[in-house]
Amino acid sequence: MEAMVAIMIAVLVGTGVYLVLRARTFPVILGITLLSYGVNLFVFASGRLALDQAPIVGGGPSTDPLPQALVLTAIVIGFAMTAFLVVLALRGQGETGTDHVDGDADEGGER
Amino acid sequence: MEHLIIAPILIPAFAGMLLLLEVRERQPLRRLTGLVSALALIPVAVSLYLRAAGGDIQVYQLGDWAAPFGIVLVLDRLSALMVLLTSLLALPALLYASRADDKRGANFHALFQLQLMGINGAFLTGDLFNLFVFFEVLLIASYGLALHGRGPARVKAGIHYVVLNLIGSALFLVALGLVYGTTGTLNMADFAVKLGQLDGGALELARIAGLLMWVVFGLKAALFPLYFWLPAAYANATAGVAALFAIMTKVGVYAIARVQGLAFMDGPLAGLGRDALWVLALLTLLLAAIGVLGARRLGEMVAYLVVMSVGTLMAGLSWGSPEAMGALLYYLIHSTLVCGGLFLLADLVARGRGKLGDQLVAGPAPAGRAGLAALFFLGAIAVIGLPPLSGFMGKVALLQTVPSPLYWLFLLGGGLLGVVGMSRAGSTLFWRATGDGRARRLDRPRLVATVLLLGAAPVLAIWGEPVLEATVAAAAQWARPELYIEAVLGGGA
Repeated sequence: MEAMVAIMIAVLVGTGVYLVLRARTFPVILGITLLSYGVNLFVFASGRLALDQAPIVGGGPSTDPLPQALVLTAIVIGFAMTAFLVVLALRGQGETGTDHVDGDADEGGER
Repeated sequence: MEHLIIAPILIPAFAGMLLLLEVRERQPLRRLTGLVSALALIPVAVSLYLRAAGGDIQVYQLGDWAAPFGIVLVLDRLSALMVLLTSLLALPALLYASRADDKRGANFHALFQLQLMGINGAFLTGDLFNLFVFFEVLLIASYGLALHGRGPARVKAGIHYVVLNLIGSALFLVALGLVYGTTGTLNMADFAVKLGQLDGGALELARIAGLLMWVVFGLKAALFPLYFWLPAAYANATAGVAALFAIMTKVGVYAIARVQGLAFMDGPLAGLGRDALWVLALLTLLLAAIGVLGARRLGEMVAYLVVMSVGTLMAGLSWGSPEAMGALLYYLIHSTLVCGGLFLLADLVARGRGKLGDQLVAGPAPAGRAGLAALFFLGAIAVIGLPPLSGFMGKVALLQTVPSPLYWLFLLGGGLLGVVGMSRAGSTLFWRATGDGRARRLDRPRLVATVLLLGAAPVLAIWGEPVLEATVAAAAQWARPELYIEAVLGGGA
């Protein structure tokens, strides 16, 4: 299970980094979203992965509840930031007339 | 009055929320609320500072949960000093913005208060995850403030600023995950203790966590190679906002100092990344000096001066001795206030020059040319570090406490480039100008705000000794992490 989660995080972060390096705002936003998914999973895994255990109390070994609380905070913050970035990107397109991250007019370069 | 420690967070938080409720755009009411809150922060910060100056580190346990299980706020000399500095910078910045700039977009005052809340929280917290949360609070407020007032240049700089900081936040979370995964705690003091008990693979993971934190804080502090966002974002921000942002880079410096002082002073990971920080700080200093020389606008030049001060500070910090820390705290206070004042001055100059704005080309003289030129002269001497003002005293203290010829070369060389850049700017703006600018009058409150901030230079020079004594005492306390750990964990554990 650890290997699967690790690969999942790696794929999410890898694609996220690739997309963040693109020149248009939309892929960049998608990239940041994927990046934050990967990071959230990573923080979640920092409490160690366990199956079939009580969430906090309830007899026997229990999972660590703290990373779940941390991830919840991180998810909420991530949502707000992504929403803000989407609005900003839209306004950027409205004000500069292009969705290039540098706000330059299209140079016919790769998308 | 043990609850006073949380007041620097609560006052702006309440003011910010009140301001959000005020939806009828009654600008005088908004200004009053904002200014009252900023004004109230000063006596609170002063009394907190006096309390910390007694030498005891005070801990405030939120919800009365004992550390390391609950979140703690920690008031020591260093954090009290930073909170005091924030409050002293915020009032003039807000006063300046309250003349007209706050009308160019909705919710300026609410964002300004939330920004103050985030900054104060980041200085006071004793918990790494809480530090992340306060970083996010101050960042999202700063996004709004940086974009305040519209315009393509602002949006363009804003996208870079926001995307970079979102990636920085993701890296910070990775670091926090590693910290929790290896030590099982997020309390800074507890982290420092547990770090000493690690070995093998866990120690290597903790090393990665520490280095990731340096990257994140380095981005906030605008350290090479992560400073490219700053000149555009600061030079395009509204003047009052840019002045407040002068402390934002120092939040990064403070965070590095805090975590390094606690966890990486000794133990298995002593001096983590110090060599790299040293080299990067010197490169920051050099490149910022070149930036000052090449700037085409006055605001951009001041932004590079901010980066230059970060390089100066980080080099002193990575030297690592308590003496150097004392000197750099003095320099930090000086550079924050003076750079903030220069941002305001750049805007005052720009207002009198029509379309030219603060571009460094000859044009009509700004209103009140003689007075502004005198202020510019004062600010330039202070920020570059020529005698007899505060910059000189700060640099002398740094040169004495960081005995490295390389540092001297970079610091003095950077100062020389700064002299050239600033004198070029001054002569272009004030001497080669047409007319004498007597036709228009300067706005008094704006002038007062600018004078208040730039006045820090002579004040810090005249009362240099007590200020330096205070910063040296803060540094001495900072260099003894066992006091901090004892204060946080001793009582509750």
